[in-house]
Amino acid sequence: MSAPTVSTVDGAIGQSPKRVEDDRFIRGKGNYVDDVQLPGMLFMAIYRSPFAHATINSIDTSRAEAMPGVVACVTGDLLAQHGLAWMPTLAGDTQAVLATDKVRFQGQEVVCVIAKTAAQAEDALEGIDVDYDPLPVITDPKKALDADAPIIRSDLEGKTDNHIFTWESGDADATDRVFADADIVVKLDTLYPRIHPAPMETCGAVADYNKATGKMTIYLTSQAPHAHRTLFALVAGLPEQKIRIISPDVGGGFGNKVPIYPGYVVATAASLLIGKPVKWIESRTENLMSTGFARDYHMEGEIAATKDGKMLAVRANVLADHGAFNAQAQPSKWPAGFFNIATGSYDFQAAHCKVDGVYTNKAPGGIAYRCSFRVTEAAYLIERLVENLALQTGIDAAELRRKNFIQPDQFPYKSPMGWEYDSGDYEKALDIALDLVGYDELRKEQEEKRAKGEIMGIGFSSFTEIVGAGMSKICDIAGLAMIDSAELRIHPTGKGVLKLGVQSQGQGHETTFAQIVANELGIPYTDIAVEHGDTDHTPYGLGTYASRSTPTGGAATAIVARKLREKARQIAAHLLECAPDDLEFDSGTFSVKGSPEKSKTIQECIFGAYQSDLPDDMEKGFEDVTYYDAPEMTYPFGTYICVVDVDKGTGQVKVRKFVAVDDCGTRINPMIVDGQIHGGLTQGFGTAMMELISFDEDGNCFGGNFMDYLIPTAVESPDWTLGECTTPSPHHPFGAKGVGESPTVGSPQAFVNAVVDALHPYGITNIDMPLSSHKVWKVLRDNGVSDE
Amino acid sequence: MLPSTFDYVAPTSLDEAVQALAAGAGDAKIMAGGQSLLPMMKLRLASPGMIIDLNGIAGLDTLEESDGMLRIGALVRHADLENSDLVRDRYPIIHDAAQHVADPLIRNRGTFCGSLAHGDPAGDWATVATTLGAELHAVGPNGAVVHSAHDFQTSMFETQLGMDQILVEARIPAPKAGQGSAYLKIERKVGDYAAAAVGVMIVLDGTTVTEASIGLTNVGPLTINATDAAASLVGKSIDDAAALEEAGRLAAEISEPSSDLRGPEEYKRDLVRVLTKRALRTAGARAQGKEA
Repeated sequence: MSAPTVSTVDGAIGQSPKRVEDDRFIRGKGNYVDDVQLPGMLFMAIYRSPFAHATINSIDTSRAEAMPGVVACVTGDLLAQHGLAWMPTLAGDTQAVLATDKVRFQGQEVVCVIAKTAAQAEDALEGIDVDYDPLPVITDPKKALDADAPIIRSDLEGKTDNHIFTWESGDADATDRVFADADIVVKLDTLYPRIHPAPMETCGAVADYNKATGKMTIYLTSQAPHAHRTLFALVAGLPEQKIRIISPDVGGGFGNKVPIYPGYVVATAASLLIGKPVKWIESRTENLMSTGFARDYHMEGEIAATKDGKMLAVRANVLADHGAFNAQAQPSKWPAGFFNIATGSYDFQAAHCKVDGVYTNKAPGGIAYRCSFRVTEAAYLIERLVENLALQTGIDAAELRRKNFIQPDQFPYKSPMGWEYDSGDYEKALDIALDLVGYDELRKEQEEKRAKGEIMGIGFSSFTEIVGAGMSKICDIAGLAMIDSAELRIHPTGKGVLKLGVQSQGQGHETTFAQIVANELGIPYTDIAVEHGDTDHTPYGLGTYASRSTPTGGAATAIVARKLREKARQIAAHLLECAPDDLEFDSGTFSVKGSPEKSKTIQECIFGAYQSDLPDDMEKGFEDVTYYDAPEMTYPFGTYICVVDVDKGTGQVKVRKFVAVDDCGTRINPMIVDGQIHGGLTQGFGTAMMELISFDEDGNCFGGNFMDYLIPTAVESPDWTLGECTTPSPHHPFGAKGVGESPTVGSPQAFVNAVVDALHPYGITNIDMPLSSHKVWKVLRDNGVSDE
Repeated sequence: MLPSTFDYVAPTSLDEAVQALAAGAGDAKIMAGGQSLLPMMKLRLASPGMIIDLNGIAGLDTLEESDGMLRIGALVRHADLENSDLVRDRYPIIHDAAQHVADPLIRNRGTFCGSLAHGDPAGDWATVATTLGAELHAVGPNGAVVHSAHDFQTSMFETQLGMDQILVEARIPAPKAGQGSAYLKIERKVGDYAAAAVGVMIVLDGTTVTEASIGLTNVGPLTINATDAAASLVGKSIDDAAALEEAGRLAAEISEPSSDLRGPEEYKRDLVRVLTKRALRTAGARAQGKEA
């Protein structure tokens, strides 16, 4: 089905009811992991390495153990006795839970202190004495592969370098041939810097082992509680039916809460060994310095084109900095995620990319921060290249894109790197954006300003996303197919509960998933309670990240509701004594075709399902479950346009206007979609303008608190002008594509393109993010631009 | 992110506070807003044994002009200054700076006097106090003491305030006829320290500068009183672009910024030049009643 049948029932698809979950959030009544209080609960704090690379000679915990309230100190050696000193990562590597041989990044976990209060645990960190021998440090991935580079992963048998993987996609020879004959080649060497998702709630766990029942309950900041339960079973050897993961309210995830972190494992092991609940909540500094970072892609890209701007081929070479352990979160067969979506919105003859992953003495990660597995880096590279082709050829940036877009009649479109795009109308989104921003006027203004020596720029991003993983034939995580699920149970009075395998971190699932049911069954959305995040009470799923919830869990919800609608139809036919096919269904009522006075409401049918008078072959009750394996990915897209003014005196970039036209297929709740876009654009703005985790030569991390790691607030965030168009996904049950990450994927390059456009008269073709004022200032002064 | 153990006392009179501070014998810290102190304690960069909370002491929140001085008490918050009509109308440099100190939430707690006592060269208020020639009134076991804002900071995070003294009020001379002032700050985002900031105060006779004062924030180990730059303006017209450029050059020359994530040294120095000129133009316009 390409577009939903729209119901008039309260809360049906396309309506914008307020979020039901916000009642508790705005009253401060959310229930986060740190709100969990259990009798006898102990607290854990982590001693972390001050060095980026150092041999551990000895660890002495005796002073800490003598400090007030301290119950135990857990070292890697203790964990090793239980086979838990190392753990597998989602990427198939191993990661130290607590360091035993050496430390490999600043902030690495070395000792955990368990104490009666959180303050006592933290105090006791000062009583941990570790003797280190510092080793040479690698922070530059370009030096990681030097012959004389120190081997970071000396724990891996036979490892003689810092190389992790090489991954290629596309046809290198065909691409090279196109390049050899091309009129024009535009090149770009750019770094998508290391940033951090920085969710408002940091990571944490409360592990509660019940010695009597053998049950381990773990309250966890998890975006994927079911997958985490399975991984705990595989890693810790606990029987899976004895593990219950509860991911209560989660204060933002953005990919940061997909991996399993050492703190989770040690808290769980400590509860198992001590027999009491153990709480671990990391600090902001711990979150920024040690948990999953994002990006850190050094990219060289090229486009081959004709002199009149027809783009022919694209190729890319990437050096991916994964830090000390390969703990990135990607589908197992995709070491560089879906980076090969790098052909973007354009119809290329040929394409090729090659990605090399390397180890450095930095925190592990490479998680998909509001991103479908490296699509952010890919979208950045192609849109930066296209902008530079426009500047190099003098062809208008909008017209160049228009000239090269995949056309609506080409869908389903097979890309040269192998993806099958489901649907799109790129020119439509571009035209809406041009109209909203007042493009022709802006270019005139820019020309006038340039004549007066004033600096403004206009930047584009016409991105295409790949989301909804999805597709078990190609996507699994640790062998688990990336399916998702919905279980719907409607009680006799017509009100019920929807249980999901996906897990909200603020997306509004309790509202939007109820709306899907409302649309399919004609039951008001307020009559459906949505449950998620408790593995004992919800069906299996791979969780929420990479904009996959609506494409997978949303599809499962629609399908399970449709199964039950058919059951209701049978019941209605039975009660009305007609054939099921003689019934029409609209907004919660079955009526006999041609005799609308003969009708049954869905609620009457549901009550009927619990009564004695049912068709002979029908089971009683009104519930079902669906596991959904997406046939294809979905491909949201859009055009963003950014207008900036540059202060010649200070180098400050002011975003004057930002237009974002998104096409995410069918919108369930347009208000929530707008909110998602506002949030994602703000994160994209932060990425472009200020966010950065950097290191000095010794591996000291800059960016371990919000004084150094800058994220935008309401004060500096621009106003967002939103537009929309709707091209439903042809294979999704109600045409939705997913939207959460489109704005973070689509926007950073629009800011950068605007600044490059502004500074192009001074010979500038690239500025890497973040667009700090001092970088812009240097360009201006180097070119003799005065501040007046 | 939890502080070390400490004792907490909340005196209800200044006398009690002074006694508590004496009893704390160098291990006690005064807290007004806690803007810098509490983060330093949470990061364990500071571990005082005792906190003496001034918030229970009546009469420390005075914000008024009397006897030719603006009086800013120890519990006057940044937000009080930001929202004061008196300050907006008569002390525009304070109004400017108040909108850029920390972030809107912190401004509800942090205090002008606390910022001065903290002795951070990145503090905006130290520059304002220097530029306006503030008197800093403290009390100690031996009674009242008055310090001058000009030489109050002695080194980074060190001031002339004795370990046994409490800064209770800042007093700033009321504006003269023809006075204008302004504060300009470049920050990467709200709540950031200045990459550079400049405060200026001038007095005009017609368009001629008769008095000038320029303070620089976070471009050296101390708050900088750019006396040469200020002196270069006296006798010049505020409309003399070359005079403003020269003042900017001199201010940049005396600054001693260090390179960091906010930018390289030469960037910050150039910011001082640019901001000095811009602040002088704004102050000039204000002195002539041309701009609010």
